[in-house]
Amino acid sequence: MSKKDIFLISAFQENSVWRQILGICSSLAVTNLMMNSLIMGLGVIFSLALANFTISLIREHTPRSVRMMVQTLIIAAYVILVDIFLKANLPAVSKQLGPYVGLIITNCILMGRAEAFAAKNKPLDSLIDGIGAGFGYTLVLLAIATVRELLGFGSFFGISVFGSWFTKWSIMVMAPSAFFILAMLIWILNIKYYKVKA
Amino acid sequence: MTISSFVLFWAAIFTSNILLTNFLGMCSFLSVSKEVESSFGLGVAVFFVLTITTGLNYLVYHLILVPLGLVYLQFIIFIIVIAAFVQLLELVIERYAPALYYSLGIYLPLITVNCAIFGVSLFMVIRNYSFVQSISFGAGSGIGWLLAILMLSGIRSKLKEKLVPVGLQGAGISLIITGIMALAFIGFSGIVNVQ
Repeated sequence: MSKKDIFLISAFQENSVWRQILGICSSLAVTNLMMNSLIMGLGVIFSLALANFTISLIREHTPRSVRMMVQTLIIAAYVILVDIFLKANLPAVSKQLGPYVGLIITNCILMGRAEAFAAKNKPLDSLIDGIGAGFGYTLVLLAIATVRELLGFGSFFGISVFGSWFTKWSIMVMAPSAFFILAMLIWILNIKYYKVKA
Repeated sequence: MTISSFVLFWAAIFTSNILLTNFLGMCSFLSVSKEVESSFGLGVAVFFVLTITTGLNYLVYHLILVPLGLVYLQFIIFIIVIAAFVQLLELVIERYAPALYYSLGIYLPLITVNCAIFGVSLFMVIRNYSFVQSISFGAGSGIGWLLAILMLSGIRSKLKEKLVPVGLQGAGISLIITGIMALAFIGFSGIVNVQ
């Protein structure tokens, strides 16, 4: 498989969120603002790609019985880097994301890619797979956040779009809307992209 | 303002349900909720592990990490505490209660990677809860999660005979049902606000 195929498959065809239904927790929780979603997505791309790379590098020296623990610790190390970086450079965003940065560790996407790809493939391929899966995840986050921020706050990346006449949909800021929008996204993709038939 | 532990316990179940308002523990919530029986098993296991690990993590954080100035290692330490506790619990149950092991045992490994367990420990640190508050928040969140997964599995078991649009089958319809449940739970908010 070429490097381009690896990227495209993990980003689109086998997208972790809409295809495998992984990593839903954070894709729902942080998506009421575009800025938070973008930062969260970049954090996941960074830790996913590097964790995949590292896990793949030491895959032949990791005993099978403790590999889950080793993988978790490697992931945790990179997530701590992301957390410290955000606290130092973007304290406002870090405060809004709250526990969800730390929760990247238990995000099923990272564990899933480590187990399904990095534990069996070469380091460079794993790095590309990680970037692809992270990119696919970020794409979903931004798609949900576009709808929620536009309708919920009437703005886009914090810049007012609709002006003062617009009545804000307060449901879009609250939890239930995230469930509905993700369900709609999966519905549309199943029909238009995967052409699912009865 | 400090909230009494009793209020916090009920708030964690209803007004700020760990799953319906904070979206934690979604992966196993969606994949295990096909049958009521297995949902109940997983829910009880989550409740039990959540209550105890929140207490343990409180002690580890305030007695070890803070005095030694190692707070930045909290993510790794919390994960290790949770994984070690789940492993220990598995051994003890297998040795002393084989019957329980066969009904609950298969769900235990799933719990280590359940974000609800880890998330509650992080909330405990961010919101500065005391020891008693942490335990009641952990227990309340566990019951709240159990309640949510039981409701979803109950509805999904009725859904089998119903006609669902093809593209929505599986995860899609479960998400919509969860959204409606979350809407219903908004009715409780305003009674008390825990942030």
